[in-house]
Amino acid sequence: MSNCYHCGDPVVEKEKIVFDDKEFCCQGCRTVYELFSENGLTTYYDFEKNPGASPKEVLSKYNYLDNSDIVSKLLDFEEENIQIIRLYIPHIHCSSCIWILENLNSLHSGVTQSQVVFSQKKVTITYDSDKISLKELVLLLSSIGYEPYISLENFDDKPKLIDRSLLYKIGIAFFGFGNIMLLSFPEYSNEYFKSEDFWMVEYQDFFRYLNVLLALPVFLYSATPYYISAYHSIRTKTYNIDIPMALGIIVMFLRSIVDIFFQDGPGFLDSMCGLVFFMLSGKLIQQTTYNFLSFERDYKSYFPIAVTKIKDEVEVPIQVYEIEKGDRLLIRNEELIPVDSVLISDIAFIDYSFVTGEAVPVEKKSGQKIYAGGKQVGNAVLVEAINSVSQSYLTQLWSNEVFDKKSTQKVKTITDRASRIFTPTLLTIALVGFIGWTFSSFNDAFNVLTAVLIVACPCALALTAPFTWGNVIRLMGKQKLYLKNTAVIEQISKIDAIVFDKTGTLTSSLGQQVYYEGIDLSKSDLVAVKNIVRGSNHPLSRRIYTLLPETPVEKPESYDEIAGKGVQGVFKGDLVKVGSANWVGVLSENKNNQTRVYVSINEEVKGFYVFENEYRKGIEPLLESLDNEGYDLYVLSGDNDGERKMLEKLVPEGTEMVFNQRPDDKLAFISELQKQGKNVMMIGDGLNDAGALAQSNVGISISENVNVFTPASDAILDAGSFSKLYSFLMYAKKAMKTIKMSYVLAITYNIVGLSFALSNRLSPLVAAIIMPLSTATIIGFVTLISTIYAKKTIEKKVLKKY
Amino acid sequence: MGVIYILICISIFVASVFLYLFIKSVRSGQFDDQYTPSVRMLFEEETKKKKKEIETEQESN
Repeated sequence: MSNCYHCGDPVVEKEKIVFDDKEFCCQGCRTVYELFSENGLTTYYDFEKNPGASPKEVLSKYNYLDNSDIVSKLLDFEEENIQIIRLYIPHIHCSSCIWILENLNSLHSGVTQSQVVFSQKKVTITYDSDKISLKELVLLLSSIGYEPYISLENFDDKPKLIDRSLLYKIGIAFFGFGNIMLLSFPEYSNEYFKSEDFWMVEYQDFFRYLNVLLALPVFLYSATPYYISAYHSIRTKTYNIDIPMALGIIVMFLRSIVDIFFQDGPGFLDSMCGLVFFMLSGKLIQQTTYNFLSFERDYKSYFPIAVTKIKDEVEVPIQVYEIEKGDRLLIRNEELIPVDSVLISDIAFIDYSFVTGEAVPVEKKSGQKIYAGGKQVGNAVLVEAINSVSQSYLTQLWSNEVFDKKSTQKVKTITDRASRIFTPTLLTIALVGFIGWTFSSFNDAFNVLTAVLIVACPCALALTAPFTWGNVIRLMGKQKLYLKNTAVIEQISKIDAIVFDKTGTLTSSLGQQVYYEGIDLSKSDLVAVKNIVRGSNHPLSRRIYTLLPETPVEKPESYDEIAGKGVQGVFKGDLVKVGSANWVGVLSENKNNQTRVYVSINEEVKGFYVFENEYRKGIEPLLESLDNEGYDLYVLSGDNDGERKMLEKLVPEGTEMVFNQRPDDKLAFISELQKQGKNVMMIGDGLNDAGALAQSNVGISISENVNVFTPASDAILDAGSFSKLYSFLMYAKKAMKTIKMSYVLAITYNIVGLSFALSNRLSPLVAAIIMPLSTATIIGFVTLISTIYAKKTIEKKVLKKY
Repeated sequence: MGVIYILICISIFVASVFLYLFIKSVRSGQFDDQYTPSVRMLFEEETKKKKKEIETEQESN
């Protein structure tokens, strides 16, 4: 089978389109190719094979962009006829995408400039609103397969100021560190060779005062995050690692000033700047983020900005926040229902996959209630709102306090816990040393006190965690588990209970794989089958119905549904039977554990539809190994317990299964487990899991395609890596072990340093050697160990024997 | 031996220039997106070539 030249999808022989010697899967792809080749943009296909996406029909979807109020809220900048917009385009995935989007001006002269930020999948377009309106621009993008995603979230989303201060601070710290180190060399050579160096004698003061000058910006600017953090931690009585850090920095600086101005020595300015530089670098390393993913999504990123309201028989686009109870709304194909409403049209098929993860659309009849969050599949329908957006069933979930709590809640990290022991011990040692030395001389005592505080400054201790976590988060990302931040790793390592959502998590939200086996059905047969199953509400019938190609709707002459057997009817004179093997007339059936639906036409058995097991691959071994490791497992489901039997075969014994769970029930279930003292990991996917994900200690949302939308969570797991969950959990534990091991190393360095300090032998030279040496070895150690562990756990091919 | 003052002043000055350039480049947003420019740089040339080709084609037509 060949692949489409434009989008790379397999080309179905019957629908193949050949144009310009190239094969296309559909008209849409061909049109885009034609458009590009007419405009000399075929370079698009040079960077990447089959980079495109087939354009979707959008038609009236963006009518609301005619409304200038809405447009001006979306724009980043507007001045006379120059407008600038930033659009999120999920399809951006390769260099071809960057190329075509940055050459938009070749397609339309109204576009003056366009620039892609690949990591965020965003494009900023400057255009002339006299020549092209925003709506036309969006339609242009859609027509070339780059449909932007505009949601309620964009509404007040103004460009955020990027915080670049960390980079400035690092730059200045490095400048200070490097220069002071060079200028200190004469001092050290002096000390080491015990010679009276000519330069030193002559220019000592010049070197030293210059060092003070260079150290000032580092002390006053680069190190500020530590002062602030230390201050906060004292005020909130949390006593984190930044207190001894800040203390160390301040003491180093003051002692150096005293030494230099009293002509007592060169001070510790180079060590201080080096320390600040290394610590800030650790911060930078830890900042690994996945910009193209969003971990903070709420319902706003799913909801449209505007809907079509029917007012006096006229369609008007209105903003969703303006919907009032009683408004009549027109919901088109693929449009989301923004408020709880009642169906006015005869029939609607609502796809709740955003909410529940269930991909099979639900049929609704006139007068039935439709909850917000569903998507209409099929023809446009009319509904009447019975609530406002914020009062809808689904959106009310976000008024739960867990969504506020999460942001302020600070988890105690291993570094903080270590510092709770470390800080008091350090202060005691410093004090003891001070008192001990006062018997000899007060001056020495002062030196010892400051030396202890300087050398014990927990640089290595504080650097361990950032570098380990930084490495771990990157390695996990390579295996397609994307963590929100490094704190999550530690949380994962502490998990003892795991809660799975059923629909969309244990099962695949892509829906069941359904395929046909047997004698090929002719076109008229397909029409007949489709029209027969149309009348049935049985889930299997519905699946077959959606699988079959679009056909004209015709009423069969007769129609009958026999419960537990199947459906039969006469269509254009043919007797069509769709149902179970015995009933259709198949005598021996070799099932292979599959669900099959047989089709016969005029009592001749044609073949059957196979419904593949919709549970994800590798679930059984995964759950088994989790169970063996001692994790408590739970399964939550919003559905009824119809599948309990099926699930019992899959999950290990003793797994608790709870059905009929509404979104807030799930949340309550998690917090109940937490009250029992458990550290809960929740794995879910739909919007209905959002509450539970937020409440749990670690919420992981699972996604078939990480580029599409997942509810707010601590981590996003690619569905393909689901079977690796066990390895991820093990790796997180190993990462913790790595940190503990490196603490031993760090403490060893500290003891060596302290022995120098307490015996009043800590010269600036010793400090200048110990500090970078310990830092470098610690960083090397944790990086090496965590990489080795990753090789042993997550990077190994999992579960070969299955 | 006043030369040491001059030399060190020069070295600090050069270092300061680099610091200034670094800060300036951070401020201009050079480090905000570290991926796209690396790709963009590779095809800038080809676009121009393409455009010229078209123009010459149009002219010859």
